Amino acid sequence: MSTVDLSVNIGSLTLRNPIMLASGTVGYGNEMAEFTDLNKLGAIVTKSLSLKPRKGNPPQRIVETPAGMLNAIGLANVGVEVFLKEKIPFLKKFDVPLICNIAASTMEEYVECTRILTQEDTISAFEINVSCPNVKEGGLSFGNDLSAVGKITDKVRAVTNKPLIMKLSPNVSYIAEFAKAAKENGADAVSAINTLVGAAFNIFTRKPKIQNVTGGLSGPAIKPIAIAKVLEISKQVDIPIIGIGGIMDWRDVIEFMIAGSSAVQIGTLNFIDPSAPGKIVTQLEDYCMKNEVKNISSLIASYQL
Amino acid sequence: MFIINSPLEEILEINHHIYLLKTFSPELTSIIKPGQFLNIRVSERVFPLLRRPFSVCDVDGDHLYLMFNIMGEGTSILAHKPIGSTLDILGPLGNGFNLDGNYETAVIVAGGLGAAPFPYVTRKLKGKKNILSFIGGRSKDDVITYNLQNATEASDDGSRGYKGNVIQLLEKNLEKLKSQKIKIFACGPTAMLRALKEFCIINNFECEASTECAMACGFGICQGCPIESTTEKDKYLLVCKDGPVFNIRDVVI
Repeated sequence: MSTVDLSVNIGSLTLRNPIMLASGTVGYGNEMAEFTDLNKLGAIVTKSLSLKPRKGNPPQRIVETPAGMLNAIGLANVGVEVFLKEKIPFLKKFDVPLICNIAASTMEEYVECTRILTQEDTISAFEINVSCPNVKEGGLSFGNDLSAVGKITDKVRAVTNKPLIMKLSPNVSYIAEFAKAAKENGADAVSAINTLVGAAFNIFTRKPKIQNVTGGLSGPAIKPIAIAKVLEISKQVDIPIIGIGGIMDWRDVIEFMIAGSSAVQIGTLNFIDPSAPGKIVTQLEDYCMKNEVKNISSLIASYQL
Repeated sequence: MFIINSPLEEILEINHHIYLLKTFSPELTSIIKPGQFLNIRVSERVFPLLRRPFSVCDVDGDHLYLMFNIMGEGTSILAHKPIGSTLDILGPLGNGFNLDGNYETAVIVAGGLGAAPFPYVTRKLKGKKNILSFIGGRSKDDVITYNLQNATEASDDGSRGYKGNVIQLLEKNLEKLKSQKIKIFACGPTAMLRALKEFCIINNFECEASTECAMACGFGICQGCPIESTTEKDKYLLVCKDGPVFNIRDVVI
């Protein structure tokens, strides 16, 4: 019998273990369920939802880069109404916290999405995407505007009592300031990091490899940056951090937790090995047993600087 | 769909730079359909990071064949994998060709490596339908007729078969095509499929085409491989999940 406690807390939300599936890498759960037992996981985060369906960007949306990939999907999603009608019934079958990721083009849209979705009992928490690098409507890029991040947090906080997670952009000079703004305006946690802006060119045609020209870089290439950003927040702001960025195995999870993460999200790895998240949970348990870690939460911010 | 490790049995170079890989995989061969594809992790390391998609080329008993050329790092690693090592395969993925239907003759149209799915199509159709194959390529080494039937060839430079592209070759054979009830099965470069779509609309031929797009996962979660629908306004379908085989009229090519 296992004596290891893998549970972690994100504000008032208790997860049975720190392994979450990142938004945009799990769809609405049905495909992933064929490879990994969703009930074994800490939580799953839906693809970013907007009020109305979004078609997304034209191809080519994806290109592989050294130890990573660039994507510019353009927040293609079914919209709040179809999500509630067609996607929630499948997700209801699972005993795993469902976190809804919301991406919007205006302040009002963030609020409206949250106001509608918070009424659905199956949704345990919200993750607010203020940091998608691939959508720039009305010239707005909320993710690197400190006052906008504060204001969105405040307005969304006003319409939901459920745990509120702000997903932060790494494309800023001081990410801790954004975490601080999120905390001061009522967020329960932050997730860090979203993708980094990147670009790649075909040297023969001289054209960008993805249609949107720039895309979001993810995968193991960004892990050291993510670790540094998590550490920066951890040292300066007292708020639970969900670490994201290039996790490929259980060792990376431990590293993120030591650097200050209360939980982690697995993203790009799901594309390569969708059975990995479930295996990582088992491997974390093994690590804890072998290293006499009774509570995995004791690893959080246990760095020895 | 599932992930399976299948032993690599053989790799042959069948044309200049065109490889045929043989693997033992009863789990896959018992269910995979012509036109479906597999996503293969060629390396445990982080570069190449993503799996590489390959359409099933042929199935013979418990053995499964893939056809590919060396496009970059991933396919280069695959071509040099030791015999007896295992292949990390995710599949079967996507929707294959619908070979049933009220037609007498299957017309296979392929350009270059677009010939890859058709040995299996041919195997399934043998004895049930007549088969005519129209196979094109840039030059003689790109015209791939491996395990195809009744192949008429074309090359852009005239080094093999008819000098011209495969659509011009179809035009030349229009009388023959119109004299029977046909269904076209196609795969090849975008320019070829675009011209083929026009050819099919003008001549009122039924056609299913296998399409291609850069993708990360191959099973619908990354949303990386959109193709525009003609039947639903302002909507993208996914090549991996809704395709890769589509009725050629249903998508913008």
